[in-house]
Amino acid sequence: MPSRTGAGSGRSLPEFGLLLLVIFVLLEGSLLPLGAASSTSKSCEEAKQGHTEVHNFTKKAFPVLGVDYGHIKNPFEISLWVLLACLMKLGFHLIPRLSSIVPESCLLIVVGLLVGGLIKLAREEVPPVLDSKFFFLYLLPPIILDAGYFLPIRPFMENLGTILMFAVIGTLWNAFFIGGLLYGICQISNSDLTAIGILPCLLFGSIISAVDPVAVLAVFEEIHINELLHILVFGESLLNDAVTVVLYHLFEEFSVDGSVTVLDGILGVISFLVVALGGVLFGAMYGFLAALTSRFTSHTRVIEPLFAFLYSYMAYLSAEVFHLSGIMALIACGAVMRPYIEANISHKSHTTIKYFLKMLSSVSETLIFIFLGVATVDGRHSWNWIFVTMSVVLCLVARVIGVVGLTFIINKFRIVKLTTKDQFIIAYGGLRGAIAFSLGFLLKEDHFHMRDMFLTAIITVIFFTVFVQGMTIKPLVELLAVKKKQEAKRSINEEIHTQFLDHLLTGIEDICGHYGHHHWKDKLNRFNKKYVKKFLIVSERSKEPQLIAFYHKMEMKQAIQLVESGGGSKLPSAVPSTVSMQNIQPKNPPATTKPAERVLPQLSKGREEEIRKILRSNLQRTRQRLHSYNRHTLVADPYEDGFSDLILKKQRMMAIDKKIKEMTNYLTVPAAAPDSPTMVRARLASDPQSYNMKPVSGGVPTIQVDLASPQSPDSVRLLDELGEADGKEQEKDQGLTMKLPGGSSRPNKPGETENTREQQKLTRCLSDPGPSADEDEDEPFLP
Amino acid sequence: METALIKYLCRFIKNKNTKTDNLILFRYSFTEWPDVKESSIEATFLQKSSRHRLMLSSLTQSAVLCVSVSSSHLLRLYERFESLDRENRGHLRKEDFQAVRELSMNPVGDRIIGSFFSPGQETVDFPSFVQVLAHFRHTENDRIRDGAQKEPANSTARRLKFVFQLYDQDRDGKISRAELLQVLREMLGMQVTEEQLQSIAERAIQEANQEANQDKDDAISFDEFRKSMEKVNIDHKMSIRFLE
Repeated sequence: MPSRTGAGSGRSLPEFGLLLLVIFVLLEGSLLPLGAASSTSKSCEEAKQGHTEVHNFTKKAFPVLGVDYGHIKNPFEISLWVLLACLMKLGFHLIPRLSSIVPESCLLIVVGLLVGGLIKLAREEVPPVLDSKFFFLYLLPPIILDAGYFLPIRPFMENLGTILMFAVIGTLWNAFFIGGLLYGICQISNSDLTAIGILPCLLFGSIISAVDPVAVLAVFEEIHINELLHILVFGESLLNDAVTVVLYHLFEEFSVDGSVTVLDGILGVISFLVVALGGVLFGAMYGFLAALTSRFTSHTRVIEPLFAFLYSYMAYLSAEVFHLSGIMALIACGAVMRPYIEANISHKSHTTIKYFLKMLSSVSETLIFIFLGVATVDGRHSWNWIFVTMSVVLCLVARVIGVVGLTFIINKFRIVKLTTKDQFIIAYGGLRGAIAFSLGFLLKEDHFHMRDMFLTAIITVIFFTVFVQGMTIKPLVELLAVKKKQEAKRSINEEIHTQFLDHLLTGIEDICGHYGHHHWKDKLNRFNKKYVKKFLIVSERSKEPQLIAFYHKMEMKQAIQLVESGGGSKLPSAVPSTVSMQNIQPKNPPATTKPAERVLPQLSKGREEEIRKILRSNLQRTRQRLHSYNRHTLVADPYEDGFSDLILKKQRMMAIDKKIKEMTNYLTVPAAAPDSPTMVRARLASDPQSYNMKPVSGGVPTIQVDLASPQSPDSVRLLDELGEADGKEQEKDQGLTMKLPGGSSRPNKPGETENTREQQKLTRCLSDPGPSADEDEDEPFLP
Repeated sequence: METALIKYLCRFIKNKNTKTDNLILFRYSFTEWPDVKESSIEATFLQKSSRHRLMLSSLTQSAVLCVSVSSSHLLRLYERFESLDRENRGHLRKEDFQAVRELSMNPVGDRIIGSFFSPGQETVDFPSFVQVLAHFRHTENDRIRDGAQKEPANSTARRLKFVFQLYDQDRDGKISRAELLQVLREMLGMQVTEEQLQSIAERAIQEANQEANQDKDDAISFDEFRKSMEKVNIDHKMSIRFLE
């Protein structure tokens, strides 16, 4: 009890105190039942105990209320940990000042330390939370998959040479430099360190030398550094896995054996190639499988996202079976499957994948850091001043020398040279993390009597890099004025020009007869387009060029943003309603009926009775359809493809939004600004004559045509999806509200009410030849 | 190989009947590779004939001292030029470019070829060839140039201008909607409907206008173009290792 209040009062912030209180309550919840169970912590025995208890119950009278904590112990504790992690993450972002000074990873480790200490106070044993098996099988994959799936391919490939150089040569250098010098130091010092051989030292070096992706991600995500540096450090941390795996296994083997031959060295090199390439191969294979599977999921959209996760996890596990680099497999799998999967699955499934990945990886990351803290408290430590300080110093020195030396070589080949600042950040960003700890944890006590000392040193290095470097890197980035990340928002122009440049450079390279980067990229693209895409992507999507896909994505994003921000005021009134229908906004029915109500009173001429009927029935059916729930398909899914087209149209309407004012002037409407649709509508309702310049009867048939026959290619496309009927309804519905601007060569006034558009259309029909002008609608309107 | 280049130089001057402005052009195009000692080629060149020496020396007096050739690269380019020029005419024609197989497959290949030919001309000689390729030469950012010298072809602005002119086929200083559509059509091929192309072009133009806060005309001006390319590291992108 006193320790708790002490810790609580240490923080002045009330929120933090509250937060801690929450932890304690949670802990109490987890600890007291544990005490009651008073069993050993090993899960197998736990299960056995559960069995015997059940057995005992049968003899007694029927228990009305039984307590069987052992039965749920494991999942319960896991849930508690996850909950704790999530609450912590939540808490840190509630305290504004804290998260801007201290990186989350540091705070989480501190929390882990506190929790571990508390557990230790409450009872002797701390659960082996950062168990290597648990770490490598469950905690690590989500983070790596997240990294691989969202890997920025372009910068990654452009800098692949540099990244590989740092990852392979740099890590090797680090391992041997640290290992070798440590051995030397151990020999010089006159303590019991002299007993440590060269191989354990090298093993230690190979464990401690690898930059950790989890730590790098956690820190670099907060400092918003420019893309190049980010991908260099992050890419290195991902790709050095193969080197680490091989070195680790190599030295572990040899340390047990005690001898190394030249042959072993050669085998090690071969093994490295096998591990790295094998991992990539496994990953790519599963990636292609995932892509292929997703081709056929159009009828069961709900399980789509799962395939992405399952295949990548399988890739990881399969690679691990052969001691290949699981991390490389995951990266390859994620990177390979992403473009195809994105093209195949529905937009919602894609969002699901994105969210789920982010969620899993952030939980894993949080857990890892907390566990790191807990494990620190838990482990047996043997602190040796010389060894520990020398490891920290050597780590830093090796990193700096490695980066500077390698950059010197790399810069001879790079077009964009790495400046001194860049080198500094790369060197400084070499954080170590939980992977190193887990590898150290894996060492067997009977072969390595110095395991505890190793672990202590590893933890110290991790803490040093995460705390000291992690906390100071942000101010340093500011101080050095390192280029920050630019706004990621890409414009369509940029996309067009970038592609154009790609073609241009390929062409110029061809003229020069130089087969460089662009040439091979072009070749690959061609191959991809010609064969792979056809094979892996649902037929109608496979031909979609990248630019179009990008365009759709952008449109979609913008439309959703508009809807979410309630930015309907700028859009035509019909647009938000249609979009919201797609997005399953709660206000659906009223929103859909609104345009109808608005339209109906205005069509006061001959045929609109029919229109009204069609419209009404359609709306009703749509509404019914929306309410019905199907377990296996999400209701709005059938529209997915059509959706983007709808937005496309809406965008076009927005595009002419600015020309509208001229239009209104031309039409001699008193209303200048379309700011308030209701106002305008009222005005129009009171004075419809201002628009009725020409006899309208001639125009009515045109309206009908628009309604009845879906003439644009979009409408046809809409139909191929599942809910054909829905598609039709949607199309018709849209036919009235959306198609008008598409069909008219004059800019309409999206901000106006439906009747305005109708009227404009009618007038237009008289002055212009009809649908042939379909494509000219982009032309500026000149009165 | 160096002698081949010299031979070309001589032939070039002979063919053109020692027109000094051509020679200046030639020299100018070579100044795009300013980073190597100037003397090497010039010295050999001067030995060739006294007549040329005369002319050259007169040129040398006027700021042409900067003639210098990053000889290895230039030689390599000349080699390439010769291999493209199959009939040994000393100049290239459009057909010569089209004979490059990859280029004929390039969606914007015709534009690229067109960029080598100044308007109205049927052929391109080595200096102009080099001059166009000079846009793609990579330079260190920190190289200090004489203020008096003309802006190098691989400066950011000139590069942008070069790309811009690839779009702007009628050279009226802006990319009209039709021109943009044409480019899009070439790049996207037959895979998209005309309507999609229209909407993309529409959007691109609208966006460019918006971003630059400028005239609401139906085209992309150079300023707007430059603005939209601000985020692209053009110096990085438009550099080919080979031309270093």
